[in-house]
Amino acid sequence: MRHIISLTLILAGFWLLLSGHFVPLLLGLGAVSILLVVAIALRMDAFDHENQPLHLTFRFTPYWVWLAGEIVKSNIEVVRCIWGPVSAISPTRIHLTATQRSDVGKVIYANSITLTPGTVAMRLEGDQIEVHALTRAAAASLQGGEMGRRVRELER
Amino acid sequence: MAMIVDALSWVFLLTGGFLGVSGGIGILRFPDFFTRLHAAGVTDTLCAALILLGLMMQAGWGLVAVKLAFIILFLSFTGPVAAHALARAALHGGLMPLLHRAEDDPSKS
Repeated sequence: MRHIISLTLILAGFWLLLSGHFVPLLLGLGAVSILLVVAIALRMDAFDHENQPLHLTFRFTPYWVWLAGEIVKSNIEVVRCIWGPVSAISPTRIHLTATQRSDVGKVIYANSITLTPGTVAMRLEGDQIEVHALTRAAAASLQGGEMGRRVRELER
Repeated sequence: MAMIVDALSWVFLLTGGFLGVSGGIGILRFPDFFTRLHAAGVTDTLCAALILLGLMMQAGWGLVAVKLAFIILFLSFTGPVAAHALARAALHGGLMPLLHRAEDDPSKS
C-alpha cells in the first residue's frame, strides 16, 4: 500500500511539473494516466522493495554529491588522455568483488563505476564485477575500494 | 546578478561544448572499442550535464529549468546502462579488449 501511494504521488508530481497547466482537461488526462500506470504496475506485480528503494531515497543526496565530484575528476583525467599522446593510456581489465548485500546495492555500485568515465563495468555476475579501465591509475583507485565502501554505507 | 548568472551559464555551455568535441576526438583517436567507450563516457556525463546546467541558468527559475533537471537525472540513469550493455555485448560477441600488457588480463593468467 505504501508503495502504491508513493508511486501515485511521484507520478502526480511528475505530471504537474512536466505539464504546468492546471485546466480541468489536462488534470483529468493526468489522473487517468496515473491510474492506468498504477493499475498496470499492480497487474505486473511490479511492487517490491527493489524497483522503488524508498528506504534508500533520503540517504542518496550526500552520495550523489560525492559521485558528482568523482565524475568531474575522472572526466578531467580522460580528457587529458584524449588530448595527450595515445601512449599515455594503459587499458586494464580487473575483477572486483562487490561487498554490497542487496542486488540494488550491487547495481548502484556497478552503475557508479560506469558513470565515472575511464572505468566501465563490463560484467556483473553474482558478486563479481569485471571492469575495463582506461588507465592503470583509474583501475587502482577502484581497487582502493572507496566507492564500494560508500555504496555499502547507503544500504544500512 | 543577472550578468553573473549569464556569464557563468556561458562558461558552462562552452566547457560542455569543449568536452563534447573532446569526446568525439577521443572516439577517433583511441585504439579499440573499449577505450573508445570511455571517450564516449565524457560526452554523456559531464558534457551533457554542463550544457544542460548552462541552459537551466539561461531559462531561469521555472518549469523549463525543472524539465532540464529531469533530463540530467534520466541521463545519469540511462547513460551507464547503455555503456554497460555495449561493453557486455562486445565481450559476448567475442571482442577482446586491447590491453596495455598481457598480464593485465586476469582471464589469461
